[in-house]
Amino acid sequence: MSAFLERQTDETFVLNLGPQHPATHGVLRVKLLMDGEYILAAEPVLGYIHRMHEKMGENRTWIQYLPNTPRLDYLHALAYNQIYVNAVERAAGIEVPERAEYIRVITVELNRVSSHLVWFGAFVMDLGGFTPLLYAFDDREHILDLLEELTGSRLTYCYFRFGGVSCDIDDNFITGTKIFIKRMRERLKMYRALVTGNIILIKRIKDNGPISEEMCRKYGATGPVARGSNINFDVRKHEPYSVYPEFDFDVPVYSECDSMARYMVRMDEIEQSLRIIEQALEKLPDGPFLLPKAPKVVKPPKGDYYQAVEAARGSLGMRIVSDGTNNCYRLKWRSPTFSNLSLFGEACQGMLLPDALALMGSLDLVIPEIDR
Amino acid sequence: MQTDNLKHNLTLIQGVTLQDIAYSTKGYSLDVQAKAESVLQVVQEIDKAGFFIEAITGVDWLGEKAALKKEADDKAKAAAAAEAAEGEQQPSLPANESPVLQEDEMEIVYDFNHYTSFCRLTVRVRVPRSNPRLPTISSIYPGADWHERETHDFFGIKFIGHPNLIPLLLPEDSDFHPLLKDFKA
Repeated sequence: MSAFLERQTDETFVLNLGPQHPATHGVLRVKLLMDGEYILAAEPVLGYIHRMHEKMGENRTWIQYLPNTPRLDYLHALAYNQIYVNAVERAAGIEVPERAEYIRVITVELNRVSSHLVWFGAFVMDLGGFTPLLYAFDDREHILDLLEELTGSRLTYCYFRFGGVSCDIDDNFITGTKIFIKRMRERLKMYRALVTGNIILIKRIKDNGPISEEMCRKYGATGPVARGSNINFDVRKHEPYSVYPEFDFDVPVYSECDSMARYMVRMDEIEQSLRIIEQALEKLPDGPFLLPKAPKVVKPPKGDYYQAVEAARGSLGMRIVSDGTNNCYRLKWRSPTFSNLSLFGEACQGMLLPDALALMGSLDLVIPEIDR
Repeated sequence: MQTDNLKHNLTLIQGVTLQDIAYSTKGYSLDVQAKAESVLQVVQEIDKAGFFIEAITGVDWLGEKAALKKEADDKAKAAAAAEAAEGEQQPSLPANESPVLQEDEMEIVYDFNHYTSFCRLTVRVRVPRSNPRLPTISSIYPGADWHERETHDFFGIKFIGHPNLIPLLLPEDSDFHPLLKDFKA
């Protein structure tokens, strides 16, 4: 706490941050009550790009809703594909061929790496370093090219189907991915030397924005935010889904609770994702990539179903309520950044404005996912 | 086990029914049905057991009671018809046809999860559709604040004692609730 805070606070003013501000990564607005450079209270204002995806889920058929899913999170779109098909497959009792599950894991993990790369570039740019963004986007371009060739789109993939994936991976994709993994490992070394070990970065984000374990629990924070606060929680290990139990990978956990810890978690996760992709390519079984009789019309039995997957930003959840017809009765998205951002108001109290922006960057916000 | 302890404590609360769910088919493992009056007590126990909050949402069950009544009536009629056909008697009117239709309800669904134990927990509370209100849990879980505001946006469910129950995702002057089943755009 600063001397400023103990003084009379009759000289406070309200600062409006956003909704069009580069540091808010999209259209997020934050109302800040300021005492000079110090934040007394912060209130995020949401809803600028609210599209009511949950209502759309109710007035489309199950399969028609599939292209909606990647629009929620344009950075880790395939995880949103995955949770929706997994939820419907669970509800309707559809078995997925093993090869399809492997392809799903490979593409989801590639997508996770690309998502972390965007975060890495944007986060360091928030702090004033422009160069890493260019390097990170260069690497990401390779992933986008691979996925574009496979799926036909660069950001909003709609690649998974009920009972498999829309097309098989070919030798080009496999070779390209192997080359990419080799390249990425070299680049990670460079990032460590260029950014992670950089004294300016360390001074800036070490001990910045502490988020305690208890705070994570009370606000429901998950993903790298929770793992940077000494919570060993990863849905891929905690509630294994798909074929993740087949792979050997670690869950990076740091106990410092600061922005540096969250930074380290994501950087380590890139390496773990590469490990998973490598093993999946190695073990890739033969067989169909899509059920020969993949259902075009699904009618899950009455009841409600929950599905969770680990998205790049944390535990993504989905609850579907079916009334046994061709349309969903109720569809709920539990988006990880919604919960992660909700703790921002409490966490940034008493911080300097530039430090609060560093904290916000370390939360890795994707606004379309919060506003839904 | 932590969860066994929690289950025991929850059963002590009045009006709470627990149900174990098969995780592999449903995706969650414990279903807790509670009354609006006891939701604070239930959530306090869950908080004590170290769970974190995943989400809060609602489900609008408009037309559920009518459907249930129709089903019951159809069954009674079929039974009466079968009886009549068997005994060659005059078909008697189904006796158990309830004259008044009960009011439809809205369901509030709380999702909790645990960082270390494998237990995904769902709490359900039903409130009448014409007067949907129940106490807020944002004093126990501050993260519930936004989830409750969102639920209020979409369903018009009032969380009594909520510090700031204004629209979160909808426009600030909105007075409609788009996820109600009788909502017309």
